[in-house]
Amino acid sequence: MLGFILRRLLQSIFVMLAVSLIAFSLFRFVGDPVAQMVGQETSIEAQENIRERLGLNDSMITQYSRFVSNLSQGEFGFSYRTRQPVSEMILSRMPATLELGFVSLIISLLVGIPAGIYTAIKRGGVIANALLISTLVGISVPTFVIGIFLIYIFGVELGWLPTFGRGSTVQIGWWSTSFLTWEGLKSLLLPAITLGVYQLTLTMRLVRAEMQDVLKTDYIKFATARGINYRSLYLNHAFRNTMVPVVTIIGLQLGGIIAFSIVTESVFQWPGMGLLFLDSIRYVDIPVMSVYLVLIALMFVAINLLVDILYFVIDPRVRIRSSKGEVVQ
Amino acid sequence: MIAAIKRFSRENEFAYLFLNNRVAQIAAFIALLCVGGAALSQWIAPFNPYDIASIDLMDSLVPPVWSDGSDARFLIGTDDQGRDLLSAILYGTRLSLFVGLLSITFASVLGVSVGLMAGYFGGRFDAIVMRIADVQLSLPAILTALLIDGIARGILPQGQHESLMIIVLTIAIGLSLWVNFARTVRASTFVERNKEYVQASEIMGMHPLRIMLVQILPNIMGPILVILTVDLAVAVLLEATLSFLGVGVPPNQPSLGTLIRIGTQYMFSGEWWIVIFPSMMLIVMVVSINVLGDFLRDAFNPRLR
Repeated sequence: MLGFILRRLLQSIFVMLAVSLIAFSLFRFVGDPVAQMVGQETSIEAQENIRERLGLNDSMITQYSRFVSNLSQGEFGFSYRTRQPVSEMILSRMPATLELGFVSLIISLLVGIPAGIYTAIKRGGVIANALLISTLVGISVPTFVIGIFLIYIFGVELGWLPTFGRGSTVQIGWWSTSFLTWEGLKSLLLPAITLGVYQLTLTMRLVRAEMQDVLKTDYIKFATARGINYRSLYLNHAFRNTMVPVVTIIGLQLGGIIAFSIVTESVFQWPGMGLLFLDSIRYVDIPVMSVYLVLIALMFVAINLLVDILYFVIDPRVRIRSSKGEVVQ
Repeated sequence: MIAAIKRFSRENEFAYLFLNNRVAQIAAFIALLCVGGAALSQWIAPFNPYDIASIDLMDSLVPPVWSDGSDARFLIGTDDQGRDLLSAILYGTRLSLFVGLLSITFASVLGVSVGLMAGYFGGRFDAIVMRIADVQLSLPAILTALLIDGIARGILPQGQHESLMIIVLTIAIGLSLWVNFARTVRASTFVERNKEYVQASEIMGMHPLRIMLVQILPNIMGPILVILTVDLAVAVLLEATLSFLGVGVPPNQPSLGTLIRIGTQYMFSGEWWIVIFPSMMLIVMVVSINVLGDFLRDAFNPRLR
């Protein structure tokens, strides 16, 4: 097991180095960093001076290793556009995105897993079929259109819920939360549903497929024959064995949620990291762009690693296979 | 005619499955309608939304014909600049489909050739390519596309950016979708290359390129076709999303995403039609492509037969 985790860890480090190399080349080759910092009147000598002081004349390898060591120490540089430290900008935006992602994940799991189990058990039933058809729509309708429709129905026509921003937030240290005010919670609802719908349909389809496979197995037939009550049969015997793929998907979903939060945040003007990234693309604010990229990659890699380790905890079969030296996919 | 189709369908399994699947038929019909409407937009659209001379600002924000204050010339109303919404949607669909098809072509040519080579030759090339694919697969397509778009913005000079935007968009979407093709083709090629017909061709001294294209490729067309359909829907959605976010096609050539983006600004003041109709068009198109993709997946999956 230790060998497997070490191998995955090495792989993760490789991925992070690759991403930081991309971020570095973005930083270094897209546009001239010095020209971005100084005005047009600055003389060439002065520019050369700055270039020397920033170490831009050093060899590429020196610059790259300095870039990586700065990143690992949380030194992210300054935004071209606002002149603020990037770390401050991202930290102030992070709670909004994380809270939004957390709530939408909860929504997608709380609805998706029971719906998946239900459609697997009541195969061919009217409600089950209706749920299945609605998942096809959930996959086909883009996130921003879902958001727009929700805004139109609940914000414009009914006027029940706020349609942009976080409402009022409570500051706890550097973390600003919208969980503690009524208005904040109300503002959170529409964006979280928008972000959660796609993940919800994925969860539901996956749980359903896995449940159907498990329900066909002999041990379930045997358990049915033994006369175990259905509740226990479905939840304890069947659902538990679908947990491995479900955990994988939840892990991958976290990544999807963070990525699609860019779109959701744009629709609802939600002041999170995604909106910051979008602005940085629009204004070619390279430092913000590259740091966002590195942070997202870090989250993905950490989540994937965690999911792999969770496999061991949940599924004994993986443990046996990997101890025999087989490749674990 | 019908007898001929029936005879054909008895011999051709694929046609048989299609003729017995009402949902797939409806989806194909709607998809054809969308593609046809888009392709013929130049001739069937009542107005040309690119022709500034025909646009009158006095006609802006006219509601659809069944509401008060409508104009019989504009069936589903006009947008903020006085463009006929129906024409704008038809032209927008054309642009969306054009970008979608172009980027999926780019993605499939790149992915299939890389996958064929990786699966056929194996070795170091295979290892490197699959590592890159792993890294890219760990980032969602929308993020990759946004990033490539952002880099292009930085590299290209300001003036040229607008005119090259569609090419940039195509490359961005294509590069974010090639991995699906590469992985599937690699896996299938891996299986095929150990079969006897490939070995026979090798012994005959056939050039590897010829073996890959003439021998292996036709045998792995099934899965490629499925990904092609499913990813076309993804490409259309990516284009719409990028345009909606304001980093897609330039505003003077509205795609469906751009139209929806414009529409959201008028949603709060009661002009709902500008946002609702383009959204409906997008949804109908993507749902029909996805249903077709599901059908193809089942049709090519021998386990489900």
